[in-house]
Amino acid sequence: MNIQDSDLSNIDRLRWQCRRGMLELDVLLEAFLEQHYSELSPRLQRLFIQLLGFPDPVIHAWCVGGEPPDDEEFSELIAAIRETSAC
Amino acid sequence: MALEKQRFDTLIMGAGGAGLNAALQLANANLKVAVVSKVFPTRSHTVAAQGGVNAALANVLPDNWHWHMFDTVKGSDYLGDQDAIEYMCREAIPTVYELEHNGVPFSRLTNGKIYQRAFGGQSQNFGGEQAARTCAAADRTGHAILHTLYQQNIRAKTHFYDEYFAVDLIRDDEGYVLGALVLNIATGEPLLIESKTALLATGGCGQVFRTTSNAHINTGDGMAMALRAGLPLMDMEFFQFHPTGIAGKGMLITEGVRGEGGYLINKDGDRFMEKYAPNAKDLASRDVVARSIVTEVREGNGVGPEADHVLLKVNHLGEEVIAKRLPGIRESSKIFAGVDPVKDPIPVFPTAHYVMGGIPTDRFGRVMPTADDDGDHLPGLYAAGECACASVHGANRLGGNSLLDILVFGRLAGHNIIEYVKDNTAHRPLDEASVEKAVSRLQRWDAKGDGITVSQLRNEFRKTMEDHAGVFRVEDMMADGVEKVKRLREKLSEVRLTDHSSTFNTNRTEALELENLIDVGLSIAVSALHRKESRGAHSRPDYPKRDDVDWMKHTLYWKENDRLDYKGVRAQPLTVESFPPKERVY
Repeated sequence: MNIQDSDLSNIDRLRWQCRRGMLELDVLLEAFLEQHYSELSPRLQRLFIQLLGFPDPVIHAWCVGGEPPDDEEFSELIAAIRETSAC
Repeated sequence: MALEKQRFDTLIMGAGGAGLNAALQLANANLKVAVVSKVFPTRSHTVAAQGGVNAALANVLPDNWHWHMFDTVKGSDYLGDQDAIEYMCREAIPTVYELEHNGVPFSRLTNGKIYQRAFGGQSQNFGGEQAARTCAAADRTGHAILHTLYQQNIRAKTHFYDEYFAVDLIRDDEGYVLGALVLNIATGEPLLIESKTALLATGGCGQVFRTTSNAHINTGDGMAMALRAGLPLMDMEFFQFHPTGIAGKGMLITEGVRGEGGYLINKDGDRFMEKYAPNAKDLASRDVVARSIVTEVREGNGVGPEADHVLLKVNHLGEEVIAKRLPGIRESSKIFAGVDPVKDPIPVFPTAHYVMGGIPTDRFGRVMPTADDDGDHLPGLYAAGECACASVHGANRLGGNSLLDILVFGRLAGHNIIEYVKDNTAHRPLDEASVEKAVSRLQRWDAKGDGITVSQLRNEFRKTMEDHAGVFRVEDMMADGVEKVKRLREKLSEVRLTDHSSTFNTNRTEALELENLIDVGLSIAVSALHRKESRGAHSRPDYPKRDDVDWMKHTLYWKENDRLDYKGVRAQPLTVESFPPKERVY
């Protein structure tokens, strides 16, 4: 995925891309974007944008389904997302 | 400003299972097809359908389409049209095989045939032994189907407009559909798509209720477009609620929790289902449990600062049982309710799940604009999927029949559109007045100044719908609700955007969605108020019985003057004997 530096700060675009086919992901990803995205390092911001390109069932399994990813980089991001207060 | 225009044979609005299956038929027939979707196609709500799709393949247990038809008619509480149901159950078989040939990775038996699992409401031999009718791709059936159909459409050169919002249909004075005005979400620019035919496949409208399991995208856009084009919605009072959604959030907490021994309590810790269903208690049918929860809250026994929900207690099962038998529940509860069910009970409330009603169509997906069942269909306009009502679910939908509905009727609408375009080869002249009307509705949101915000009105509206047109339906409360929602509809003119930017302006998109939600919400509230019986998902404590003498008929709602009309159920199937109404006992 070709992610430009300017993509990292396009919050309006990211907000729309947090609209998903599953309610759980709508709520969790949007809450994470609003509460924590701006505090992330550029590396993790890129990873978040990459994550938004993954299929919903994969993101669901990683974030809500208790099946965290094997990949170390994604593990760090997913752990941060799971810490988000979505309630 | 010059309006950009594009021309296609067919315009499909919505890229879930119905839209994509229709698009594939059309693109394979070398028609020029545009698919407009407000989110990337594989993020449509079809992705959330985990269960599977029903088809009487008889791979695991004896089965045939006629038994499937019986179950569907009975499940519909005899409000489903039996010709459409026969058609769907017969077409289920070639539809599933076509999906298999297109590459959907259905789970297999050791003999290589498609595996089929048993679900509630499925029987052999017209109400006999349990049947096994549901084809699934592990627990990701919706995703597997969407992904396959999307890839096939790319191969077939379907033109996708991703992240475009459909605003309004364009029609001429004779009623012909000429296309639609759509909005590019990325740029804020409108685009006029002219087409010889149009298919509405925009999905459900669960977001009309405060508590829903539906994704945020399910705002009834196509239904509201139909209403604004002067078309009716049918049977909108029939809405399935799941008894246990996370309170204030809506995510489903599976029935399995109560199956494993979890139970509901009120603010005093009383196990209140003992009072409403002394035998079945927490395992009573969905509608009974849902109504009991709402009754407890209405009587002041609710929990929380607003006393607006009850609790589902599971901690007595122990951490090991919860981890082993209810995986996922602990994670969901922790993330969305802030509660670890191993220690504390989960706050729950009934959650709106699926609408049986929608844009009335015949079994070929053609939109029927009047109460005259033998009258003309609307030239060039089709609808399929949850936004449509071919009337196969009647008053209540069976598990595994929703994916079936979208796939069968998406496919058949595609076939019918191919025939229509053969006879209607030219684009009709554009109706400028209709375009102007759609553009001005869009431009209304450019107004600046003080006003109420989209989220203020949306929150008030969704709470009003939940309180007055949700699970608990009695006359005075519903009449009050209809007036309240009408007043909220008036308040739409006072809403102002807080963001007037062009690119990815979610505030503008949500304003357009709010208009849709309120129009669709009124169709539900008004239709429910006037149906004075209990049937399927529509439950009225003041009219507790099903009334086949006066009410075996479909409700039609028009936006103009919030008018209602009715038309009879089509009880005559195509080739077999009719199933006469009986008391629905399982």
